Amino acid sequence: MSSGLKTFAASVAVTAALALGLSGAMAAETPKKGGVLKFVVPDEPPSFDGHRETTFALIHPIAPFYSLLTKVNPENSSDPTDIICDLCTEMPKATDGGKTFTFKLRQGVTFEDGSPLDAKDVKATFHKIIFPGEGVSSARKAYFVMVDSVEAPDASTVVFKLKYPSSAFIPALAMPFNFIYDDAKLAQDMHWYEKNVLGSGPFQKFERQAGAFIKGTANPNYYEKGKPYLDGIEAIFAKKESLRVQAIRGDRAAIEFRGFPPQSRDDLVKALGKDITVQESDWNCVLLITPNHRKKPFDDVRVRRALTLAVDRWGGSEYLSKIAIVKTVGGIAFPKHPLAATKAELEQLAGYWPDLAKSREEAKKLLKEAGIPDGFKFTLNNRAVDQPYKIVGTWLIDQWKQIGLVVDQQVQPTGPFYDTLRKKQDFDVSIDFNCQSIVNPLLDVSKFISADLSDSQYGGYIDRDVDKLFNAMNETDDTAAQRKMMREMEKIILDEKALGFITMWWYRIIPHRSYVKGWNVSPSHYLNQDLANVWLDQ
Amino acid sequence: MATSELPATMPTDARTHRTAWQVFTRMARRQPLGVAGGFIVLLMIFMAVFADFIAPHDPTAMNYSAFAVAPGAEYWLGTDPLGRDVFSRIVYGARTALFVGFVSAIIGGGAGLVLGVGSAYFGGMIDLIFQRVMDIFMSFPLIIMALAMVAIFGTGTDKVIVAITIPFVPRCARVVRSSALAVREMPYVDAARSIGYSHSRIILRHMVPNVMAPFLIMITAFVGQAILLEASLSYLGLGVQEPTPAWGLMLQGGAELYAESAPWIAVFPGLAITLAVFGFNLFGDAVRDTLDPRLRSQ
Repeated sequence: MSSGLKTFAASVAVTAALALGLSGAMAAETPKKGGVLKFVVPDEPPSFDGHRETTFALIHPIAPFYSLLTKVNPENSSDPTDIICDLCTEMPKATDGGKTFTFKLRQGVTFEDGSPLDAKDVKATFHKIIFPGEGVSSARKAYFVMVDSVEAPDASTVVFKLKYPSSAFIPALAMPFNFIYDDAKLAQDMHWYEKNVLGSGPFQKFERQAGAFIKGTANPNYYEKGKPYLDGIEAIFAKKESLRVQAIRGDRAAIEFRGFPPQSRDDLVKALGKDITVQESDWNCVLLITPNHRKKPFDDVRVRRALTLAVDRWGGSEYLSKIAIVKTVGGIAFPKHPLAATKAELEQLAGYWPDLAKSREEAKKLLKEAGIPDGFKFTLNNRAVDQPYKIVGTWLIDQWKQIGLVVDQQVQPTGPFYDTLRKKQDFDVSIDFNCQSIVNPLLDVSKFISADLSDSQYGGYIDRDVDKLFNAMNETDDTAAQRKMMREMEKIILDEKALGFITMWWYRIIPHRSYVKGWNVSPSHYLNQDLANVWLDQ
Repeated sequence: MATSELPATMPTDARTHRTAWQVFTRMARRQPLGVAGGFIVLLMIFMAVFADFIAPHDPTAMNYSAFAVAPGAEYWLGTDPLGRDVFSRIVYGARTALFVGFVSAIIGGGAGLVLGVGSAYFGGMIDLIFQRVMDIFMSFPLIIMALAMVAIFGTGTDKVIVAITIPFVPRCARVVRSSALAVREMPYVDAARSIGYSHSRIILRHMVPNVMAPFLIMITAFVGQAILLEASLSYLGLGVQEPTPAWGLMLQGGAELYAESAPWIAVFPGLAITLAVFGFNLFGDAVRDTLDPRLRSQ
């Protein structure tokens, strides 16, 4: 780990410990065995294939059934750079000038059906993720652009060979979606895992009732001896937030792992007192504004700059953090990460100026220069999810009203919302988001590279300056150089060319029943969800 | 002759010289609930038309320092979680509710009127096919039909109007058709047909005016139903979208979340919906009682 990352890790860990008052308490308690953890999940998984999907709706109910090669340390999950072995025995040191990583695997691990898990399963898994064949969807293929080959020289060894040294490789490997699959099942049908669950994780005997729940029981052959502590898990699906809050309040469920808004936290604390414990964290999720560069007048940099200059991020953060799951003002990299902009650096960018009046005057001037009349109307495309999409969307409309723009909101369910962004591409300006698991800004900012290189950049722009900086950052291990390039990239994206904008970074609030122990909040709702360490103090 | 001095036309003159107040008090005695309903309807119309003057605040303006503030001197009905004045949003919400209500009811009812009368006039196979199509539409509950329409057309005020209008058409057509079947057999329709008037002239000039009573009754009922439907769709997140002030929308999301700590966010818009629908229903009943000769004689 570089010194910058160490400092980041230490600061995040200390802040979390102080803020939560958890220090010491966790270590002092001896886990109890038994009980079933019931938790609420806002949505159902579209399929059961972690390699294909990108949603927490898959991770929360399905991750407990699977193992990973490496994972974020569940006892230190507030620090996503603390990566430890799951199926491997020791984190490897890079050889061959940083281009080869050799992993040794645990012996005696089996899948639920009793078949042994060895190197060929790990190889087949990462082949599916990194080199998916025709008709196979891999959501994280782009995160492994540095990988040249994956080999299994013997049953207990897996070797990753990279094209160039990259500090983004180990974080990419530890992503919680990289479930290890049985190579025999994959050989039989590459889509088998979309409809079936067969893993080697802490829980097994997958049981599902569509629209209601997913259940599992403890895996007696789990390789971490003594774990899991729970007898079983039950994920209960409840779309309405009020229902999920009431489920916890009525003790029908003990926890929801995505995050509640501040008001729900306050209501639960008020109602349940010491029976509720609250864990909070900055969240590696950011809400973006994406202007459609294919459409007039949003192809004009002056109009785009005016849109970002109108937004009062500093005031909005203070205000919206009281009612929504957003809080931190930041640039394109996760705030507080060594590669992220400081407040002073942010204040140099359009839309972050400390003088809001000056910023909005500049916005009006730019609109006038671009020939945009007062009262100009356009539509903001938004996702039909209250937290934080609709709240931030409504707030943005009020911000743009301050510079004379009249904005309607088109709110769509997730499917049609994505359809508008990906296929129809007929929106004016859209809310968009970038949620990641492992904090890895070098790759997380791939969201902003040219549309012909990134499947998730919906603005439709091509900017080779941004692409060059992205590649250069990923091909060096020098943190100082990476940081400098990140600032240049940020300046181009958010200010000079106003390609897309950041609103605010999310803030994760998890109020849960105090009897739930062994689960620590992390900066991502995707991380630390195998639940092997969780126990119930009842 | 002494008799010639009697004012033979006096009763008629007395009726024509009845003041508005007299008409009102007479109606209030005969239809007290209808007058109450009419008063609520008028109040809503007044609020909708003069919203710009009545509302003390901009209904979409957010106030950072007034987050979910309780009712008081500055904000009469409090503020919502985004710091917007609840009273002003209710006042402007009347505009949205009435706009959606009247437009849906008039277009849906109007289309139903023409189709219903046409179906009754032509009869035979046309009537048979048309009625079976109406049966299909009417086999879906109103809200399910509206939800299906929203799924097809999308969200937003204009699309909500379309979604509400379409299910109204068969309902109005069915009622109007039953009246038109009786009108079709009247001698004056036969007379019009015998002197060679066109179908459209007979339908529009001779039949439609004679089925106006059930039509008007349906329209008043439709306005209340449309307001309720719009509120339901908006509550479900499928209707009017933020930041447009709409009563159903005000009950959604934040209102649920703040039900305990800031109940005014949900209570007042809920009350507005209840009152409006209650008002239109009472008014509709009174219109029915006035226009339906059987009920009038009772």
